[in-house]
Amino acid sequence: MSPSIATNQTILVVGGGISGMTAALEAAECGKQAILVERNATLGGRTALMSRYFPKMCHPTCGLEINLRRLKGNRNVRVMTLAEVSNVAGQRGDYTVTLKLTPRYVNTNCTACGACAAAVEAEIPNPYEYGLSKTRAAYLPHSMAYPMHYVLDPSIIGTADAEKARAACKYDAIDLDMQAETVELKVGAIVWATGWKPYDAAKIQPYGYGRFANVITSLEFERLADPHGPTGGKLLRPSDGNEAKDIAFIQCAGSRDENHLRHCSRVCCMASLKQTHYVREAHGDSGKSTIYYIDIRVIDRLEDFYQKAQQDATVSFVKSKVAKIAEDKDGNPVLHGVDTEGYHRYATTHDLVVLAVGMEPETNGIKLPDDLLLDSSGFIEGSLSEGMCGAGAATSPLDVNRSVQSATAAALRAIQVVHKTSAAEGVK
Amino acid sequence: MNDFNKQAVAPYHNNFLREVEERVEDGEWVKMCMQCGVCAGSCPLGNAWQHTPQKLFMMIRAGKREEVLSSDSMWMCTSCYNCIVRCPRKLPITHIMHGLAHYAHRQGMAPKGQPTREIARLFWNNLAKTGRVNELKFSLAMYFKDGFVQGIKNSLAMQGVGIGLIKAKRLNPMEILGGHKCKDKAGFRKMIAKAREIEERKLGNAS
Repeated sequence: MSPSIATNQTILVVGGGISGMTAALEAAECGKQAILVERNATLGGRTALMSRYFPKMCHPTCGLEINLRRLKGNRNVRVMTLAEVSNVAGQRGDYTVTLKLTPRYVNTNCTACGACAAAVEAEIPNPYEYGLSKTRAAYLPHSMAYPMHYVLDPSIIGTADAEKARAACKYDAIDLDMQAETVELKVGAIVWATGWKPYDAAKIQPYGYGRFANVITSLEFERLADPHGPTGGKLLRPSDGNEAKDIAFIQCAGSRDENHLRHCSRVCCMASLKQTHYVREAHGDSGKSTIYYIDIRVIDRLEDFYQKAQQDATVSFVKSKVAKIAEDKDGNPVLHGVDTEGYHRYATTHDLVVLAVGMEPETNGIKLPDDLLLDSSGFIEGSLSEGMCGAGAATSPLDVNRSVQSATAAALRAIQVVHKTSAAEGVK
Repeated sequence: MNDFNKQAVAPYHNNFLREVEERVEDGEWVKMCMQCGVCAGSCPLGNAWQHTPQKLFMMIRAGKREEVLSSDSMWMCTSCYNCIVRCPRKLPITHIMHGLAHYAHRQGMAPKGQPTREIARLFWNNLAKTGRVNELKFSLAMYFKDGFVQGIKNSLAMQGVGIGLIKAKRLNPMEILGGHKCKDKAGFRKMIAKAREIEERKLGNAS
């Protein structure tokens, strides 16, 4: 391959979740220029929507806050939200990236006072609560939002609601004339920190997600357990709002399955074990968690977390992949299957079922540059020219800890790209 | 390896798994089972069987030849395909069940008098004679399979249905005398014999 000449030393990081923030910051703190683009209205990605992290059970606000402080203190990173990459042209060391910018309808005058939200009447399913609750159509994504600015939902533009919001704003922050734009960036290296999305649980037909109100995903359960979430941190089941005390967790919901995701999503076992802590914290000894599993796969040093859960009398384990879920007349989910330790047939009723859904690349269904190498599940393995690389959960199903490690490695690789190409150009 | 060592490792040579892989149709899939239990839980007749597919596969791996081949389970499969649809490893479970049933029958180890096996046997014998199914003879064979007295009882019980079928021209009583057949009966029998010969050769049973 002929050595490519750097025309630009900027590193582009696509995706503003924990991995993207880390990669951009690590590169910036090495003195490189970094641009961090995020499709949504705020940084933080899926990490911000977690209630707690395993294994230390700390709050994601903590980890995000550290990164946000680093971000505010570093002038080498430029953050662009509501910006989506639509095209990548050029080659290693010299990429031209086209970005599609979606209007926020709120400018930087916004102080996040909330007057616009109070004025607006229209409500939308809250995208940052997986639709579990509604929010006004002028909203702050979440309490950790960065930038700390409100957003107007495009559905109210041109209606009286939008005018109400503008009238209510004391800071002249609402700009209803904002238009979608296309901009081009010149960058030397690209880090794809595009993250993951939960597997669509409705596709696992026998589990009845979408048909039965009390069958929810592990991510929705995170929102229920979060004090900032739709239930104020109470584990209330969706059908009747009663407290869910007897909760079943179904592992490999979509993972390790030739009909769904072929790979093991790796974090779901730990996630369910972590979530049994929520049940114990909410109900003490009267709570009950049952984990239905094929094998418990807690990754490397986290085995002790599993052992502690095994010692907890409120947590029980059933070695069986649940065959199907039915619903009794009171709306309780009934789990049917046969266990592998003794081949006993069971039909067990629980208050709530949490599907530990698998992780698939957020970019599945989106055309990525041909130079990127993907594995059979769509995760990014690298690029042919080595001018681009993946970071975090875009590369493999990773937890937050390992995503951050992967992002740091990706930053180093991107620095190498711009460094090598700048050396070829004779730039010091 | 000396004799003592050979004896000591013998229990760990799973000859039955290898036998199933080599000689049972779709048997090579058995080792792919990860014992998740979805097939067992999804089987609508699962509670009526002696062994669920998941359990049978584990028994094959454990070398339980006698128990597996004399089990009634694979004869109870109705081919609803629930297990195939749901199996996370895409094992053709229904087909393995039929493969096992067939193999057990050939080995003479299938359970005697098992009703579904008996129906299959009568159906095949009926068909193989003329190349056509003689429904009258097949029904009568079914009625009389448990002895003469029971046969008369069964026939009397089904009398109304039979007369109805004759009136509706769905059943020809003259079928009792030989009945309809395919054009080239000898050719048909030769074809069946050849198919059997090919199968035996594939299984390594050729003389």
